[in-house]
Amino acid sequence: MLELDTVTAGYDPRTPVFRGASLTIAPGEAVGLLGPSGCGKSTLARVAALLHRPDAGRVAVDGREVRGWRHRAPRDLRTAIGVVFQQPRMSADPRLRLRDLIAEPLRATGRRAEADERVAELARTAGLTGDLLGRRPHEVSDGQLQRACLARALVLRPRWLVCDEMTAMLDASTTAALVAVVEAYRREHGAGLLAVGHDRVLLERWCDRTEEWADCVRTA
Amino acid sequence: MPGHASPARSERSAPAPAWRSHGRTRRSTRTVRVAVSAAVTGAVVLAVLLVPPLVQLDQQAVDLSLKLRPPSWDHPFGTDDLGRDLLLRCVYGLRVSLLVGLVAALVATVIGTAVGAAAAAFGGWTDRLVMRLVDTFSSVPHLLLGIFVVAMFRPGVWPVIVSVALTHWLSTARIVRSEVLSLRSRPYVDAAISGGASRWRVTVRHLLPAVLPQAGLAAVLMVPHAMWHESALSFLGLGLPAHQASLGNLVQTARGSLLAGDWWPTLFPGLFLIIPTLAVAGLAGAWRERINPRRRSELML
Repeated sequence: MLELDTVTAGYDPRTPVFRGASLTIAPGEAVGLLGPSGCGKSTLARVAALLHRPDAGRVAVDGREVRGWRHRAPRDLRTAIGVVFQQPRMSADPRLRLRDLIAEPLRATGRRAEADERVAELARTAGLTGDLLGRRPHEVSDGQLQRACLARALVLRPRWLVCDEMTAMLDASTTAALVAVVEAYRREHGAGLLAVGHDRVLLERWCDRTEEWADCVRTA
Repeated sequence: MPGHASPARSERSAPAPAWRSHGRTRRSTRTVRVAVSAAVTGAVVLAVLLVPPLVQLDQQAVDLSLKLRPPSWDHPFGTDDLGRDLLLRCVYGLRVSLLVGLVAALVATVIGTAVGAAAAAFGGWTDRLVMRLVDTFSSVPHLLLGIFVVAMFRPGVWPVIVSVALTHWLSTARIVRSEVLSLRSRPYVDAAISGGASRWRVTVRHLLPAVLPQAGLAAVLMVPHAMWHESALSFLGLGLPAHQASLGNLVQTARGSLLAGDWWPTLFPGLFLIIPTLAVAGLAGAWRERINPRRRSELML
């Protein structure tokens, strides 16, 4: 279970972006979160990925209550959640080749040995072919870069996936391809998914259940 | 840019190019600039490294019979008021100035990078305290602070280096701090954290490689500044010992003879100061254009 219970978060404690947001995802379930721009759903996604400390509320991953955030979160908890962000340009280190970009989590967690094999396998599933793996982020298109970012999120085989408007910058065919990659991974590993976005048609077709932002946030 | 050119095309019936690239002309001046700067810097480095072992300079030797000779074949830059060859003394002076400039810039960059990175990494009160300290330092004029530092030691090369280094790390600290602050909030750092990277891993793998080119550039840009600073201290009689050939000392001792109309003892050390520093600054400017990743991608595509 990925539980977010009455979470209040923001970037200034006096004026939080939202108050009392609750959301629960069962193991293997795909939940879509729909909401207008600027309502705070990306912030909630960051909270769910343990990347932003909420001002109040409780977060639990697989029954373990989260007490630390970002670097203070236990490593096995952090790596249990894979994240894909909206803008691939911003979420890829411009100095790393795509091969290193995808392998980076393996190296950071001391599993360097399996990097080559795993990168090759993921590149195939994510549709990164030929010399793309040897290129740097500025030499590939947004779609190709987002495929690499998705591969990076999957490389540690997380139990949960958080996709924060993963396909907002992409065209329909790339969107379909990326969603297919996520779904194939989920079928294989039974991972849960939190997909955030404002494309109702996409999320309703993709996810088992979609939540409206207004229903998640209990008005305080 | 195509929008600019389309009206011109409809007005002119001649087969004028619809879109004219400004890239080529600009790049060619850049190539020339870089080539000239590199040639001058190379020549200076060679001169400074090769001449002293080949031609020894006795700093104390004077020959009053050759006093204040204008430039000639024997003495291309003329002689100074004690009959010493100016060309040789200029090369030796440039050597000292370059050494001081390089070492001081390096030390200043290391201090600045460490302070800036620490301020940005710790944040909160540490950041505020350190940056107010930086503000306090920079509110005192550079030269005045440098004079204070130099005055605490006996004259020599090292006090000058310490003085220049201690007054020049402030801008690097600011640059590095702002750079680290902006990088720290990038989604790719979030992605690295989510991928299990430790603080150390994020710093070494993502933050430092991004900051180092900026810090290196700041160091190179600081070399001319440090050289000017050293010369200013020497010119004021506070830097290197007066008998030692340095560009500041050379200009300082030639001040008296300039009033009598002897222009060469001031002009040549001045040129030796200005031309190498401009060359270094030119190279640094080209490097700055180079390390901007967007610029690099434009060049490739």
